[in-house]
Amino acid sequence: MAMTRRQRARAIRAVQYAVLVAVLLVFVLAADWGELRRAFFDAEVARSLFPDVITTALVNTVVYTLLGFGFGLVLGLVLALMRLSQVPPYRWLSIAYIEFFRGVPALLVFIALGFGVPLAFQVALDRYVTVMLALGLVGAAYMAETIRAGIQAVPKGQMEAARSLGMSHGRAMVSIIIPQAFRIVLPPLTNELILLTKDSSLVYLLGLSLDQYELSKFGRDALNQHRSLTPILVAGVCYLVITVPLGHLVRRLEARTAKAR
Amino acid sequence: MDKATEEAGRPDGVAIRVENLHKSFGELEVLKGIDLTVRRGEVVCVIGPSGSGKSTLLRCVNLLEEPTSGSVTVAGAEVTDPDVDIDRVRRRIGMVFQAFNLFPHLTALENLTIAQRRVLRRDKAAARRIGRENLARVGLTAKEDAYPAQLSGGQQQRVAIARALSMDPELMLFDEPTSALDPELVGDVLAVMRALADEGMTMLVVTHEMSFAREVADRVVFMDDGVIVEEGGPERVVADPSHPRTRAFLNRVLDPAAARVGEVPDTGPHDARADR
Repeated sequence: MAMTRRQRARAIRAVQYAVLVAVLLVFVLAADWGELRRAFFDAEVARSLFPDVITTALVNTVVYTLLGFGFGLVLGLVLALMRLSQVPPYRWLSIAYIEFFRGVPALLVFIALGFGVPLAFQVALDRYVTVMLALGLVGAAYMAETIRAGIQAVPKGQMEAARSLGMSHGRAMVSIIIPQAFRIVLPPLTNELILLTKDSSLVYLLGLSLDQYELSKFGRDALNQHRSLTPILVAGVCYLVITVPLGHLVRRLEARTAKAR
Repeated sequence: MDKATEEAGRPDGVAIRVENLHKSFGELEVLKGIDLTVRRGEVVCVIGPSGSGKSTLLRCVNLLEEPTSGSVTVAGAEVTDPDVDIDRVRRRIGMVFQAFNLFPHLTALENLTIAQRRVLRRDKAAARRIGRENLARVGLTAKEDAYPAQLSGGQQQRVAIARALSMDPELMLFDEPTSALDPELVGDVLAVMRALADEGMTMLVVTHEMSFAREVADRVVFMDDGVIVEEGGPERVVADPSHPRTRAFLNRVLDPAAARVGEVPDTGPHDARADR
């Protein structure tokens, strides 16, 4: 039986297809579809979740995420500039901050801000402020390192050209270096936005009123109420509605960056 | 530096005065006591082998490199004075780099206007008008909306020259402006520089283009190993060097490329026209 290399490769591929199809068939035939449907997707329950799952939960998830991302981006930029500063104490502060907030779980930061700070200082932080701080403080640590890398990726000649035209260091940073750095880090920053979208689920820890529910808390509440997994499935799909387009955007941005080089 | 002192520095007609300039990078001493004077309206070309310190000398003039010792006075201001406002001095010194260093996120015209707006505080209309005049000067009027990545190397370097000119500099520094260019694009850039010299611009040019040095320079400075070995009129330094090191360098540079270098003056202006 003399097969050429190409024939042999084709045969191996055919066997792989066959195995995959067989496994799928067994799974489809063996599964109890009625039971699965009752557990995972009850159309009646799913319908009852709308429109609140969109108008309240999805909207709140987006709002919490953007609050945290906005604050984190500004703080991250400041930390990145401190990290690159000529003044050593700024660098140390920035490094210490980044190491700390990158190293502790976001959950802990939420607990500290939601319960620790109000107890210790006898202040009641507004819910949105708490969310913004907690998500932003954590996100900033990651974004600072990303932005720093972006600033360092801008060729040295750019700063020299800007300074030669009489710009101060700060002016050159604002007008020349940072705009280029942000182009470079747009894809990783978008990834950070995706991570924050998921981290926003930690808000449930803080105890939310009905109109403050975000997707995870909303799903969990409905799960208890309906004794069905359907709300979790719906909430999951809602997350994907946010994150999949963002992921697509990252790939497009990366392709654009690759082309510009 | 106040106005009176600035003026006082100039009646003698000196644009750049470098005195006993030393520059070391760690253990390596790159400049070993340079004395050089460039008078206003003068075109001085600095030639020499790579590693001889010519680019470092140029970069010390606008303080992109900090001299280790010695003094540098440019456009009436002593840039080696620790109290100098270097940003104010630099806006009067145009600098052109080997790697162009255009701002890639800005169009050609925006490259020309950003420092006018942010440094000289010109209003938008004035900055654009002056920017367009200077793009016309380098023959790139049609490219004002192009981004640097859409331009050839020669075009990018001409935009970079226009960018420096838009600040109305008193003098221009050129750091090997044609070394990163494909041979067929060199002529366009040299033609622009030649026109600038003809208009009376003070220019200090580090270059490997011997024909340019010979034909455009008022004075040629030959550097080797961190010192000025020889300086004088181009007919003397380039055509009839007295020092053996100069002679050895020129033999190395001129011999293999003699044919190409000879034809640059003719093709330059012609190519520049065809481009428009």
